[in-house]
Amino acid sequence: MEIEGKVWRYGDNIDTDVIIPARYLNSFDPQELASHCMVDIDETFAQTVQAGDIMVGGKNFGCGSSREHAPVAIKASGIPVIIAANFARIFYRNGINIGLPLLEIGDAVDKIKAGDKLRVNIATGTIENLSTGDVFHSQPLPGFIQDIAKAGGLINYIKEKK
Amino acid sequence: MGMNMTEKILAKHAGLESVVPGQLINCKLDMVLANDITAPPSIKEFEKIGKPVFDNTKIALVPDHFTPNKDIKTADLAKAVRTFAKQHKIVNYFEVGRMGIEHVILPEKGLVAPGMLTIGADSHTCTYGALGGFSTGVGTTDLGVALATGEAWFKVPETIQVNLTGRRPEGINGKDVILTLIGKIGVDGARYQALEFTGEGLSSLSMADRFTIANMAIEAGGKNGIFPVDEKTREYIKDRVTKPYEIVVSDADAQYVRTVEINLSRLKPVVAFPHLPGNTKQVADIGEIKIDQVVIGSCTNGRLEDLKNAADILKGHQVHKDVRCIVIPGSQQVYLDAMKLGYIEIFIHAGAAVSTPTCGPCMGGHMGILAAGERCVSTTNRNFRGRMGHVDSEVYLAGPHVAAASAILGRIATPEEVQ
Ligand code: SF4
Repeated sequence: MEIEGKVWRYGDNIDTDVIIPARYLNSFDPQELASHCMVDIDETFAQTVQAGDIMVGGKNFGCGSSREHAPVAIKASGIPVIIAANFARIFYRNGINIGLPLLEIGDAVDKIKAGDKLRVNIATGTIENLSTGDVFHSQPLPGFIQDIAKAGGLINYIKEKK
Repeated sequence: MGMNMTEKILAKHAGLESVVPGQLINCKLDMVLANDITAPPSIKEFEKIGKPVFDNTKIALVPDHFTPNKDIKTADLAKAVRTFAKQHKIVNYFEVGRMGIEHVILPEKGLVAPGMLTIGADSHTCTYGALGGFSTGVGTTDLGVALATGEAWFKVPETIQVNLTGRRPEGINGKDVILTLIGKIGVDGARYQALEFTGEGLSSLSMADRFTIANMAIEAGGKNGIFPVDEKTREYIKDRVTKPYEIVVSDADAQYVRTVEINLSRLKPVVAFPHLPGNTKQVADIGEIKIDQVVIGSCTNGRLEDLKNAADILKGHQVHKDVRCIVIPGSQQVYLDAMKLGYIEIFIHAGAAVSTPTCGPCMGGHMGILAAGERCVSTTNRNFRGRMGHVDSEVYLAGPHVAAASAILGRIATPEEVQ
């Protein structure tokens, strides 16, 4: 699957409280969560994000609480993939489980700027920065996790196994 | 090759002789936990699978975040949990008036024990490592699947050994230990890794200290934090745990990716500045920082000993006129004991508000939300931007000693400054 989109660039340690603040956790409706996504650090995001845009963060993206509301809010905003130097553990797990691909590329992420256009191949983990010509490769997902991703998330995977 | 505690517990629950870091395994679970925020979406995922719950005695549901309910939407969330608990005859459902914050009440009721494998749809599920079990936080999809299957997949983590030397001095507590550690290794210093606490210094740490430390393993990015079982652990679980359990000990030749040393006897009272738990500074070095609110409670520091530490300092003093001090016992039992021991009276005489057990302000839910520009010293575990209210408010993390001293002086202070 290839995706082309414009970059929303955030820094290191983007925590789940800024992705979706606790005051909005009284709902788990994806669209409602999306309407408040990133509001505490970027008021423009929820209003202007376009389906297919790509979110890019630095180190330890998604640290903090286990709230799956966070990757759900990002996915429901129309973001098809998140790229970061690396991800916090629970966030990474949750992303896989809900079928939102997460690619880790380490320090190479510094070469991606806000507004750059990227072409991402989820299956191979290849990322082309169409604005600068840079090409990056992320580690492919381990086999069993790829199966979860292919099934479209953990629930489908479990149902298929049954 | 030897295995450490985390590896042994994971191997056993995967039905394997041994495991190595990086290995993907599927494990059977001993306890599965969710709260009023995470249970409703987990239940939705669970229902998609179309199976009954795997074991109604191995599930704990604790409505603690927005309870007693703060508005209609959160009342609906709690109702969904209650309905599910009734329908599936969940034994360990804790209703308002009989509840506590999840990570206080599960150990207190003996639902978690050494050697057990627990997951919870709450990142601070890692708290139970204090009892020598493996426990970790997951999201709602994992939890929904676990409700049906009693299983979860794991990647075996590498383990960092945290070797504690010296003895913890009076006036220093688990919070100073863990904030110092996170300050040292960073908020991603243990990302995807286990933290195993070892060394002669352990014996000077109370169970409350250990719960506080294990609780914040996640704040260093850790998958779990784990303590060996000793006399203090045995004493704690003696009249609580009724099910059989197995004490797990790391092999002498167990592998660790690295060792971090902390000399407890050299620790000073510390505080983590906004907006990361790793922005640790010694209170003595920070100059005058005026505050508007103090919160004493949470799954990190809402136990009886934490309230005692705060009460000992507040006794005979008044909360500063410009400060609101909010004390939240971690469970009904803690509340009762604190009452019998006179702590609650001390708090009220000092001019503090005492609340029924709840997460409350810890994650900006209710019971003490901050306005723009306000500063709070809190015994909770996260000081992310906007965590406790307005995005332009600030949370400073500290232990109960520092929190109580700060409440009296109206600025961040060490306990010595009060006495
Ligand atoms: S007290 Fe705070 S950190 Fe602990 S479970 Fe409640 S919200 Fe989470």
